[in-house]
Amino acid sequence: MPTPEQLNLNRRALMVAAGACATMPIMSGGAPRAQPAPVGQPVNSRVSFTVNGEARSLELDTRTTLLDALREHLHLTGTKKGCDHGQCGACTVMVDGQRINSCLTLAVMHPNASVTTIEGLGNPDRLHPMQAAFVKHDGFQCGYCTPGQICSSLAMLDEIKAGIPSHVSSDLNAAPQLSEAEIRERLSGNICRCGAYSNIVEAVSEVGGRQG
Amino acid sequence: MKAFSFERVDSPAAAAAAASARPDAKFIAGGTNLLDLMKLQIETPAHLIDVNGLKLDQIEPTDDGGLRIGALVRNTALAADERVRRDYAVLSRALLAGASGQLRNRATTAGNLLQRTRCPYFYDTAQPCNKREPGSGCSAIGGFSRQLAVIGSSEACIATHPSDMAVAMRALDAKVETVKPDGAKRAIPIADFHRLPGDTPHIETVLEPAELITAVTLPKPAGGKHVYRKVRDRASYAFALVSVAAVIQRDGSGHIALGGVAHKPWRREAAEGELPRGAKPTAAALLEGAKPTHDNAFKLNLVERTLGAVLAEARG
Repeated sequence: MPTPEQLNLNRRALMVAAGACATMPIMSGGAPRAQPAPVGQPVNSRVSFTVNGEARSLELDTRTTLLDALREHLHLTGTKKGCDHGQCGACTVMVDGQRINSCLTLAVMHPNASVTTIEGLGNPDRLHPMQAAFVKHDGFQCGYCTPGQICSSLAMLDEIKAGIPSHVSSDLNAAPQLSEAEIRERLSGNICRCGAYSNIVEAVSEVGGRQG
Repeated sequence: MKAFSFERVDSPAAAAAAASARPDAKFIAGGTNLLDLMKLQIETPAHLIDVNGLKLDQIEPTDDGGLRIGALVRNTALAADERVRRDYAVLSRALLAGASGQLRNRATTAGNLLQRTRCPYFYDTAQPCNKREPGSGCSAIGGFSRQLAVIGSSEACIATHPSDMAVAMRALDAKVETVKPDGAKRAIPIADFHRLPGDTPHIETVLEPAELITAVTLPKPAGGKHVYRKVRDRASYAFALVSVAAVIQRDGSGHIALGGVAHKPWRREAAEGELPRGAKPTAAALLEGAKPTHDNAFKLNLVERTLGAVLAEARG
């Protein structure tokens, strides 16, 4: 009878494409890192960053995306995996204040970064104003895209404040406006298959207008 | 994803040297295209060299009045740069027409130039593709080719280059600066940077193995009216069916580059002599010799009409 560890190794050897979610506990006592691993074998690397204000240090298979590090290793499952290819925006988080697709970046590429996820914005007893606005305006149905929508919306409002133009800005050199067209264009990287877009726009308009 | 080892480097020369020592390595910067392809095992590097620590994220004036854009300048930062918005608006417009806010925050200038085609058969590892697997054949020829190339293609490949940014850079006569493992530097005119597919569609640029892009330079501002018009199936966040980058001067002369029609940003300087006579003769000269498929022949009309709209806007 193989031990669970052996089962895990066998499974990983077979499923090369299956990602690197379960390797941390079994690899931490593995080969010394000074020796280069044979080609094709999993390679671990340590990365330290801050997540929602808390310092975290992880020993990860280099293949681990930031998304999988958050969900599978830090158990911050608010950030969602949708397409895992940067097409849907469900995995949007903020890294050093900027919104990115956490599925298309490796955790080991972010030493010393400051990561903010939906868990860092509010909690059920004390909602972030954007979360409260999504509830008030019914900015979701199933809710799966919502953490990404909210992280994307907040970072997007900062982009407008910073004067970053968009595809629909009529004048590249003028301060961008918080119009419906601007919000829709700037959030086009966040797909909502329930089609709650009009309510999302209302929620973001309200919060953005309040921030003024 | 296949397993890979990972290292960080702190100078462009060290990056090129590291890549030279590992022919199975790839540079990674934004990673937005490379990781997508690695998950599908279309790209399978055994070693990644993280170049994000190189100090190549600045936009600086050049001695001849142009701009040097560091290889690691993110698409958002480049589009928003005050000098780019003012003097090279076609570049800002092209960048803002591409991808999503999240992707533009990560995607870099050099990575954008090097992104791979979105041909559906390149992405489908169950299908033959000469670009993915040289010699295996082209499934797109005779397949679903609505998005694919109408000119400059070959019997081996009808893929298009997906970039918007590169189309604007072609209209602006940009140059791509690189460093090789021996420290030698060169500046490659963007016209020569991307290759047509010929019988080696897997070789997409003139970069040598381990050669690293360090910057893209733009010449002194040429003035004129800058327009980028992208036609696509959705209003946002979609690749171009066709796009037109234009810099049009008061006297009617100008530069025109097309996206979505070829394996590289498509420009023919000789065709620009037709500009004073309008969109129809200019489009005809730009696309002379086109070999569209049944599915994408509409792009020839679409180029002419989009160019017409662009010229009207430029003259308006």
